[in-house]
Amino acid sequence: MEELNVDLALVWAVIIAFGVFMYVLMDGFDLGIGILFPFAPDDATRDVMMNTVAPVWDGNQTWLVLGGVGLLAAFPLVYSILLPALYLPILFMLIALIFRGVAFEFRFKSKQSKWLWDISFTGGSMLATFTQGIILGAFIQGFEVEGTRFVGGGFDWFTPFSVMTGFGLMAGYALIGCSWIILKTQDEVRDWAYRRAPLLLILVLAFIGLVSLWTPLMREAIASRWFSLPNLFFFAPVPLVTVGLAWLMARAIRLRQDGLPFLCSLGLFALCYTGLAISLWPNVIQPDISIWEASSSPGSQLFLLLGVLFVIPIILSYTIWAYWVFRGKVTRESVGYH
Amino acid sequence: MELDPLLISRIQFAFVVSFHIIFPAFTIGLASYIAVLEGLWFKTGNPVYLRLSKMWIKVFAVSFGMGVVSGIVMAFQFGTNWSELSYASANFLGPVLSYEVVTAFFLEATFLGVLLFGRSKLPQGAHLLAAIMMALGTLISSFWILSANSWMQTPDGIVVRDGIVHVTSWLQAIFNPSFPYRFAHMVVAAYLTTAFFVIGVSAWYLLRQRSEQYARVMFSMTLWLVALLAPLQVLIGDLHGLDTFEHQPAKIAAMEGHWDTQRGAPLILFAIPDSAAETNHLQIGIPRLASLILTHDLDGEVPGLREWAPEDRPPVGPVFWAFRVMVAIGFAMLGVAALGLWLRWKGRLFDTPWFQKLCLAMMPTPFIAVLGGWLTTEIGRQPWVIYGIMRTEDAISPSLTGGMALTSLLVFIVVYAIIFVAGGYYISLILAGGPDREELTEDERGGRAARPLSAVDSPFERQAGDAGRRGTTPRGS
Ligand code: HDD
Ligand code: HEM
Ligand code: HEM
Repeated sequence: MEELNVDLALVWAVIIAFGVFMYVLMDGFDLGIGILFPFAPDDATRDVMMNTVAPVWDGNQTWLVLGGVGLLAAFPLVYSILLPALYLPILFMLIALIFRGVAFEFRFKSKQSKWLWDISFTGGSMLATFTQGIILGAFIQGFEVEGTRFVGGGFDWFTPFSVMTGFGLMAGYALIGCSWIILKTQDEVRDWAYRRAPLLLILVLAFIGLVSLWTPLMREAIASRWFSLPNLFFFAPVPLVTVGLAWLMARAIRLRQDGLPFLCSLGLFALCYTGLAISLWPNVIQPDISIWEASSSPGSQLFLLLGVLFVIPIILSYTIWAYWVFRGKVTRESVGYH
Repeated sequence: MELDPLLISRIQFAFVVSFHIIFPAFTIGLASYIAVLEGLWFKTGNPVYLRLSKMWIKVFAVSFGMGVVSGIVMAFQFGTNWSELSYASANFLGPVLSYEVVTAFFLEATFLGVLLFGRSKLPQGAHLLAAIMMALGTLISSFWILSANSWMQTPDGIVVRDGIVHVTSWLQAIFNPSFPYRFAHMVVAAYLTTAFFVIGVSAWYLLRQRSEQYARVMFSMTLWLVALLAPLQVLIGDLHGLDTFEHQPAKIAAMEGHWDTQRGAPLILFAIPDSAAETNHLQIGIPRLASLILTHDLDGEVPGLREWAPEDRPPVGPVFWAFRVMVAIGFAMLGVAALGLWLRWKGRLFDTPWFQKLCLAMMPTPFIAVLGGWLTTEIGRQPWVIYGIMRTEDAISPSLTGGMALTSLLVFIVVYAIIFVAGGYYISLILAGGPDREELTEDERGGRAARPLSAVDSPFERQAGDAGRRGTTPRGS
């Protein structure tokens, strides 16, 4: 396999980054809706909100599973360091996803106990998002590693920075969730979402600013990556486009253009993601394990690559088909189950 | 007392995966059953099938949801608790589990939404397609996960360099020696599980004289299935055992409760194995039968546990008993299948209350058999996690402390208890409602009137209406 001139590790880094990104976008708006749930004015609004995602949430969440096992397949070193190092946040993320997931099915079946599954849905969404943010923060900060093993303590992930990224992600998902509601609903529900959107946008921008300042201060290498010449010119578009998108989104909210806020919030996430990649590249375990050192054997990477290149387009096409089946606005009248 | 992270992780894995398997074991079969019902509705236009399908889809949704959330836990457990195992085996297990996600999980998860919410938005054929895709997804999923597990039982197609597994032949590794048997046995087990569940529910309706028309359809269909599958399962189980005898003889010795290597070994029906004294108490057996089953020769030699050093033996008691429970249930299923055929031949299938009570009592047994089978398989593999290659004690995450492992175990127990009770309660509500409660649209009620068959359907529909009226009187009357 070595004679192949393709950098398999690089290809896989792109695929996994794509998978995680898909997860963040798609489960992002599901979880965001859960976060906004308790702030909704009434139960009818909540029913509509939930129905905008009920047919698609399971598919969205599957990208997380792909991220997990894809990591195991392509970068086993990352998998076997990250997961034990993040034992408790992962535990609580899983528990939160359990409560969030069963709420979709149980809420529809219950009458008196509906409020319980509302709590389960909201609490699950909030906790899942918060722990994912913590995981992100801990990932940026790095882990104590000797050889191929994590040797740090069970609470190393718990730092002011990771708590901040935890709240940051909550704001972020709430923003995508809010703009998804704008896209998928009308009348009172949509008006409500329009009123909530500006505050969320401001919060998200504040967190983006905070992370952008904090990470270079935290690590010298990140600062010099961004602020040395000529990099400064190459990377300058990232923050500039971010500002531009934020302006576009604020304008779309003011002018009530239903589709645009959602696209803008996706764009904001994509830019944050790019910014992170620039800061961390090419290390997958901070501070110093690169994607090449973390790779599985080339034979395994190739074997899976062939299948994935074939299957991912198929997955994307039936996913798009499913979204198309459930296209259009969800109304109070159309709320109903099978 | 020092908390041992290894022991707690083993208990946790056993608990979490045992919880998980309950749902796939049920939904694999149910997905296929729903596809069949949808197919029959498509073909005949008879609304009985549609109402049945609508009811079971609801049950499916609840059960599938629990399967999904508990499955996600599994995918992360490998790394959180068994990082050394993940690292060493990633070159094989990584791609196999990833293939499961891209070929099965996406399919299931996406078409689930279409199946649940798409009926009014799609042509009937497209909705049927979603049901078929679901069923296909569950089977593909089983294919990959059982390949992964079987490879850990009978690893093949690999070399180990510096403690890391490298694949030399993907075909040999995926289709490793125990895989065909395990896959066949598990899929049939899942179909039996669903069949006995459906049989139990229809027996309950028959006993209570409600939803009768529907109950008869279900009862008859699934009893045919069981008549076919119960004998098949015993046969596959036997072949599975022979394969294990070849590749994991220590496991067979524990299953059989044999301490000494002997010719003409007995088949032990009852015993209390005692690992410390290396003997059985109160043993009752049938002479020579074990030799006959395993070697096809009354005097064949069967190795006993003393062939292995004590630290290389699996725990005998749980393996011995779990195996017996499964086999006993297998034969009980065979009995029910035979009785069903006999009553059918007599024309008494639907009005023999003792048989319906028996069927009701059988409802939980397939779940117990599935768990028994898995406990046999997994505990019998000990002390190895990858048989002959990696020991379980070397597989654990080095940074894991006993306190963290205990926290997660307790959290899982509490959460799963809540989820299980709630899910079981909602499923029982759906079943208590019954198929005649399912609402049909005007079109559906007409059973696609354009079709020539619809004339035949109308008496069906009148009865369904009657049953529906009965169903709305106070529940359970
Ligand atoms: C409805 C469920 C069910 C029923 C009725 C049976 N089994 Fe089973 N059995 C399973 C469900 C199962 C299982 C849960 O699916 C297992 C666990 C792992 C596997 O491959 O299948 C299993 C494992 C398993 C093994 C372990 C193989 C190994 O680990 O290497 C053997 C030898 C048998 N079975 C044999 C039998 C025999 C002889 C049966 C008939 C009397 C039987 N089983 C009925
Ligand atoms: C679904 C039904 C299954 C059940 C009920 C089950 C049961 C168990 C039990 C009881 C143990 C603990 C054994 C011991 O430590 O004494 C165990 C361990 C384990 N099983 Fe399974 N198992 C199942 C399927 C699987 C599958 C499909 C895989 C892999 C793909 C798997 C992988 C493992 C691993 C990695 C361990 C931990 C290491 C060990 O203790 O050997 N199991 N399982
Ligand atoms: C014999 C053992 C197993 C079988 C037959 C099996 C089969 C299935 C099936 C059919 C599903 C679909 C959900 C459902 O029907 O409830 C599922 C879900 C899942 N299983 Fe298992 N499984 C087994 C063990 C495992 C193990 C050991 C793992 C861990 C690697 C695992 C990981 C998952 C995951 C992550 C899901 C969720 C999929 C989704 O998001 O749609 N399973 N399993």
